[in-house]
Amino acid sequence: MLGWELPPHNSGGLGVACLNMARALSRQGIDIDFVVPYEAEHPDTKFMHVLHATHLDPIHRYGGGAYSSMEIDKKQIPSIDHPDMLSIRDIQKCYQDFVNKYLMEYKPDLVHAHDWLTYEAGVLAKKNYGIPLVAHVHATEFDRAGMRRGNPLIHEIEKEGLMMADKIIAVSESTKRIIHEKYHIPLNKIDVIYNSLDEAYYKSDYKYDDSLHKYALSLKKQGYTIISTVGRFTIQKGLDFYMNAAAKAVHKNPKLMFIFAGDGEERNHLIARSADLGISKNVIFTGFIRGRKLRDIYSVSDIFVMSSISEPFGLTALEAAHHGDALILTNQSGVSEVIWSAMKYDFWDENKLADEILSIAKNPALKNSLQNNVREEYVKISWDKIAKKCEKIYNSLKHKRYT
Amino acid sequence: MRAICLYLHMHQPVRYRQYPIFDVGNTSNYYTDDYNGRQSNQRIFNKVTEKSYRPMLELLERNLEKYPGFKVSLSITGTWLEQAQKWAPDLIDQIRRMVNTGRVEIVGETYYHSLAFFYNRDEFEDQVNLHADTVERLFGKRPRVFRNTELAYNDGLAHWAEEKGYLGILAEGWDKVLGWRSPNHVYRPAGCDNLRLLLKNYRLSDDIAFRFSDRHWQEWPLTVPKYQNWIDMDCLSGNLVNLFMDFETFGEHQWADTGIFSFMDGLIGSWLGQYENKFVTVSEACEIMEPAGEISMPDTVTWADTERDLSAWLSNEMQSTSQQYVYDMRNEILATGDQGLIADWRYLTTSDHPYSMCTKYWNDGDVHAYFSAYASPYESYMYYMNVVRDLEYRQKIIAENQ
Repeated sequence: MLGWELPPHNSGGLGVACLNMARALSRQGIDIDFVVPYEAEHPDTKFMHVLHATHLDPIHRYGGGAYSSMEIDKKQIPSIDHPDMLSIRDIQKCYQDFVNKYLMEYKPDLVHAHDWLTYEAGVLAKKNYGIPLVAHVHATEFDRAGMRRGNPLIHEIEKEGLMMADKIIAVSESTKRIIHEKYHIPLNKIDVIYNSLDEAYYKSDYKYDDSLHKYALSLKKQGYTIISTVGRFTIQKGLDFYMNAAAKAVHKNPKLMFIFAGDGEERNHLIARSADLGISKNVIFTGFIRGRKLRDIYSVSDIFVMSSISEPFGLTALEAAHHGDALILTNQSGVSEVIWSAMKYDFWDENKLADEILSIAKNPALKNSLQNNVREEYVKISWDKIAKKCEKIYNSLKHKRYT
Repeated sequence: MRAICLYLHMHQPVRYRQYPIFDVGNTSNYYTDDYNGRQSNQRIFNKVTEKSYRPMLELLERNLEKYPGFKVSLSITGTWLEQAQKWAPDLIDQIRRMVNTGRVEIVGETYYHSLAFFYNRDEFEDQVNLHADTVERLFGKRPRVFRNTELAYNDGLAHWAEEKGYLGILAEGWDKVLGWRSPNHVYRPAGCDNLRLLLKNYRLSDDIAFRFSDRHWQEWPLTVPKYQNWIDMDCLSGNLVNLFMDFETFGEHQWADTGIFSFMDGLIGSWLGQYENKFVTVSEACEIMEPAGEISMPDTVTWADTERDLSAWLSNEMQSTSQQYVYDMRNEILATGDQGLIADWRYLTTSDHPYSMCTKYWNDGDVHAYFSAYASPYESYMYYMNVVRDLEYRQKIIAENQ
């Protein structure tokens, strides 16, 4: 398996999904070598072999600074002595060299590559060693760029990886559609396998302690409804529309508090926008958070909004449901294809989103119904079911060697 | 003598559109969606008229002309009649012609197809009277037999109907109530002297209404001789077959290309071709047949789902709180004396609305989802409550000015 990150060294849902999938597959008796582009400890990965493609610290795996969809690739001079100067292309190069060396020694039945960062290494395995390739699409460049053009080099890499793959796994029907429409891949080559909630959530003994959050408690006592959203603040997340909807809702009902948890290139713009709209008092920016604090955010919230313009899956919605939130999802999110007990809207429909927030805040019957029903629903999607589907794909390919 | 009592139910709700909270207090056109909108009453009525009402009424009228022995009973809600008057008035003329033959009977019910009986007895009686007045004005006769919305029936309803002087009442012939007894008799409701109870033969009714076009059904395709043979077998106990179903079965639930129209056309002639076979209307059945025994239903029984209860309408919190909210407004709304406001409020009592908020099978995306005019039960509830708030707002404005 070729991946770019694993918890605890993950920046988002990709690492969580890879870890859970690998774990469930190993329960099916599948032997996995998992390649990451950095060197670090991974405490919960005894069921597989984690291989380190470089000696770099995890912090450098996306190159110097955060990777951005809006920038054309900058050629930088690779220098192992100055990891800050490495570009993501340099790291990908090292990653491929490692995979090449590995394949000279080992002959896996199949290579399963997660997202564009690893596709070149996957294609190399197929071209040079005849190993069948499964390309797993957690997101495309079109998603990351909010359905705008994105980075042409990344498009090129995605296209080649998807064309060369023997089978493609998409995390939702909408992702499948994008792969088909934008990359012209035949539909019968693409299977949809949805994600599920991180198994660590079920196992942990986490309990929300509201005495740690006295301000939130006091807001609730005053009759406030708390609405949260979590994620990278990028154009993909549709937060501009969401902020406008928040303003419309606050105008009707001032007892609404919106929590924006996360960070990203849109942050300063969003802060300014909330001020322009005159709702600074009703908006809280927490900065980037993870772990227990993130779970506390879900727990204090009544409503969780996923406002994405395009969201291949949207694991945070399941995390929020696990902590008892009522969900509002855009029809453009993959998770809205599998979750029925939720309010839905189109990402541009600010009035409808405001209407939904106001209605949940005003009607306890609606809030209770959404919160209770979604809890019964999300547990039905298990990683074991996902692994079984995945194994089926493996079995159909593993004898298909190219020589 | 063996008789079929064919009873068809005609109903269309007045649907509320996706009425946003931002319209509350500004505009009150909840019941008027764009013609191509999802909740466009006019578009839906026109569609069902062409697919079902027009061809089926034509079939029934043709058979009335052809066979003096053919009879049929119809229940037609007030909300259907209002929409037909606006968009297909010829249908009302046609039904009037049919009633004038003396062989078509109109059954009484609540004007708004509501579950008011379970919330407010005064409102229930107001709606029943409003319906009876409308039927008398349009068709010249007052209903003598009663059916409650969704065939929701219990002993209390029977006592009410007896007190009001009805001849008979309709209910589901549910096994759990009947036990070893057959639905193919006239019964007397427990504690009543004059009222008669007609029970739906749900197996034979559902063979037509639900299973007719089901290709996975082992009896598919259903033919007239096969079906008539089943009736013959069923009549080994009892001699009255109550076929109760939605009028929209013909052409809308079962499309024309399933052969449903020619099946029904054939069945009528074939049934009457046999010696001693006849059709009866609901009041005729009550009058000519002796009750075979007494039936008690202390708990409410309906004709819906496998549970045969009200859970599709009133089980979840959204359904129960929204209905209670609406019925609790009754005194204030009536006190305004504003007929437009009262009618707008009463449209909200139509049972289709809480039905569209049903979540019990929602995750499985089945029949409830299919028949809903809304994207989800949660959205249906949201827009319903927005309408309620505007009604409240209008009521307060009028009350302040009085």
